[in-house]
Amino acid sequence: MKRMNDLEEIRIIIGLHKRWDLIFMITGIIALMIAVLTFMALFAHMLIDGMPRLSWDFFTSFPSRRPESAGILSAWVGTTLVMLVTAVAAVPLGIGSGVYLEEYAAKNLLTEIIEINVTNLAGVPSIIYGLLALGLFVYQLGFGQSILAAGLALALLILPVVIVATREAIRSIPVSIREGAYALGATKWQTVSDHLLPYSSAGILTGIIIGLARAIGETAPIITIGALTFIAFLPPSPVKSEFPYISFEWLTAPFTVMPIQMFNWVSRPEEAFQLNAAAAGLVLVVMTLAMNGLAIYLRYRMRKNIKW
Amino acid sequence: MTEESRNKTHAGKLGYSFRRHMHERLIEALLLLSAMLSIAIMLAIIVMLVKESFVFFQHVSVWEFITDTQWTPLFDDAHYGIMPLVSGTVVSSLIALLVALPLGTIIAIYLSEFAPFTVREMAKPFLELLGGVPTVVYGYFALLFVTPMLQIIFPELPGFNLLSAGLVMGIMIIPYVSSMTEDAMRAVPMNLREGSYAMGATRFQTAIRVVMPAAFSGIAAAYILGISRAVGETMVVAIAAGMQPNLTWNPMEPAATITAYIVQVSLGDLPHGSIGYQTIFAAGLTLLLITLVFNIIGHILRKRYREIY
Repeated sequence: MKRMNDLEEIRIIIGLHKRWDLIFMITGIIALMIAVLTFMALFAHMLIDGMPRLSWDFFTSFPSRRPESAGILSAWVGTTLVMLVTAVAAVPLGIGSGVYLEEYAAKNLLTEIIEINVTNLAGVPSIIYGLLALGLFVYQLGFGQSILAAGLALALLILPVVIVATREAIRSIPVSIREGAYALGATKWQTVSDHLLPYSSAGILTGIIIGLARAIGETAPIITIGALTFIAFLPPSPVKSEFPYISFEWLTAPFTVMPIQMFNWVSRPEEAFQLNAAAAGLVLVVMTLAMNGLAIYLRYRMRKNIKW
Repeated sequence: MTEESRNKTHAGKLGYSFRRHMHERLIEALLLLSAMLSIAIMLAIIVMLVKESFVFFQHVSVWEFITDTQWTPLFDDAHYGIMPLVSGTVVSSLIALLVALPLGTIIAIYLSEFAPFTVREMAKPFLELLGGVPTVVYGYFALLFVTPMLQIIFPELPGFNLLSAGLVMGIMIIPYVSSMTEDAMRAVPMNLREGSYAMGATRFQTAIRVVMPAAFSGIAAAYILGISRAVGETMVVAIAAGMQPNLTWNPMEPAATITAYIVQVSLGDLPHGSIGYQTIFAAGLTLLLITLVFNIIGHILRKRYREIY
C-alpha cells in the first residue's frame, strides 16, 4: 500500500472525493427538480387550457354534445354521493379493524394472517377491486351499476389506508395512558373509546382524508362496474318534502363521477372537448391537492403539539 | 344510605358484572369481525376471479391462452392469446421503472443524506402531493403534453404510444419509491454513518457503500412496490397508449396493457356471462397473480429488513 505522508497528496485525494459529493448534490437537486417541474408543467398546461372554461355554468350544466355548453353537474353530484357511501362504509370498518389489531389481537396465526392480508390488499391494483365489485355487488348481490356498488368498491379500496393510519395513530400513544385507565378500573373498551380513540383522532382523520382523496381520483374501479360516461340527469334527491323526509333511492341510481367525465372528454378527438377535460382535471386536482394538503397540515400540527 | 349498602354498591361496581362482561365481549367480537373482513375481501377477490376464469378456460385452453399471439376476443375471428397484453404491460412498466427507480433512489439518497433540514421538510410533502394527483390527470398530461413534446424529437411517433405513457407513469411512481427508500435509509442507525465518517469517508461514499447496503432489503421492497404499481396502473396507459392489443416490444408503437383491456371492455356494454365478460376476469386473474408474486417478495424483504438491527 502506498504511504501517504505527503499532506498535499492527501488534500488532493480529499478534494477529489469532495467533488463527487458536490456532483451528487447537484444530481439530487436535478432529480428533485424533474419531479417538481413535471408537476408544474402538468398544472400550467391544464390551467392554460382549462381556466377559460371554468365558469359558474360549467358547474351547473349537464354534459352535452356541444362542448361549449357542457358541464360537470352530474359528475360532481355523483362524486359527492359516491364519497358519502365510501366514507360511511370504510371509516367504521377501518377504525374497527385497526383498533382490533392494535389493542385486542393476541399474537397468533390468525393475527398474522390478517396483518399480511392487509398489506397484500394495499398492493392489489385498483382495477381488481372494480372486477370484484362487478362480479359481487353488481351481479351477485344485484345492486346494479349504482352509486351503492361504486361507493362500496372504493370503500374496499381505501380500507387498508384507514386501517394502517388507525394502527399507527394508536401505537404512538404511550402505554402509561392505558395503564392509568386500567388502574382506575376502566374496561378495555372504556380505555379505547374514552382515551385511545380521542387522542389518536387527528392521526385517524389524516388517514381518512388521504384515503378519500385517493378515492375521489380513482377511475378504473368505477369504469369497471359500468358507470355511464354520459349522464344528463341527477340521482333522486336524498331529502323529500313528505314523510319520512329521507330517501335512499339515490343509492341505486345510475351515475357518473368527475374522473370518468374527464376520461370521456379526453378520449374524444375534438379539441373543444379536451379543453373541457382540462377544466374538469383542474377541479379534480385542486380538490385532491386540497385534501392531501389538509392531511399533511394536520399531521404537521399533530407532531408539533403532542408531547407525551 | 347506610354504610353497609354503600359498600354493596361499590362492590357491585368494582366486582365482576355479567352485563359489563357481555358488553365487552360483544364489542370485541364486532371488532374482530371488521378485522376479519379484510380476509373476506381477499377471498372474495380470488373466488370471483377464479370462478369466472374457470368458465373462460372451459372455452379456451390454458395453452392457447399463453401461446396464441393474438388477442381479439370480441371479433368474429376470436383469438385468446394473452401475450399481446402482457407485452404491452411489460414494455410500459419497464419504461416507467427506468424513470422511477433511478430518480426515486437519487431523490431518496439526496433527501436522507445530503439535503438540509428545510429542503427535506419541504420536499417530502411536495412529493406526497405529487403522489396524490389522480391518475386520469396524468393520462391527460401524457396524451396532450408529453406525446406532442416527444413528437418534436421523433416526428414519426404515433399519437398513442407506450413511450409517453411509460414516462409519465414513471414520474407518477417516483413518490412511492423515493419515500419508502428514504424511510429505509433513515432507519439505518447513525453510528454506522459516524463510523464511516470517522474512517475519512465522504458523504457520497458513506451513502453508497454503507447506508445503501445496510438498507438493502428496505430499498428492494420499495422497488418491488414500484414494480407492482407500474404493472397495475390503469388510466395513464388506457388514455395515452391506445387500446389495440399489439404484440410488440417497441415502445414507439401503440399497444394495450392488461388493465387497459379491462377498461376498454367495461366501456362497452357486455352482457353478463358472455365470453367477453369472462375474458376480463381471466385478464384480471393474470394481473392479480403477477402483482401478488411481487407483493409477496416485497413482504418477505420487508420482514427481513426489520430484523437486521
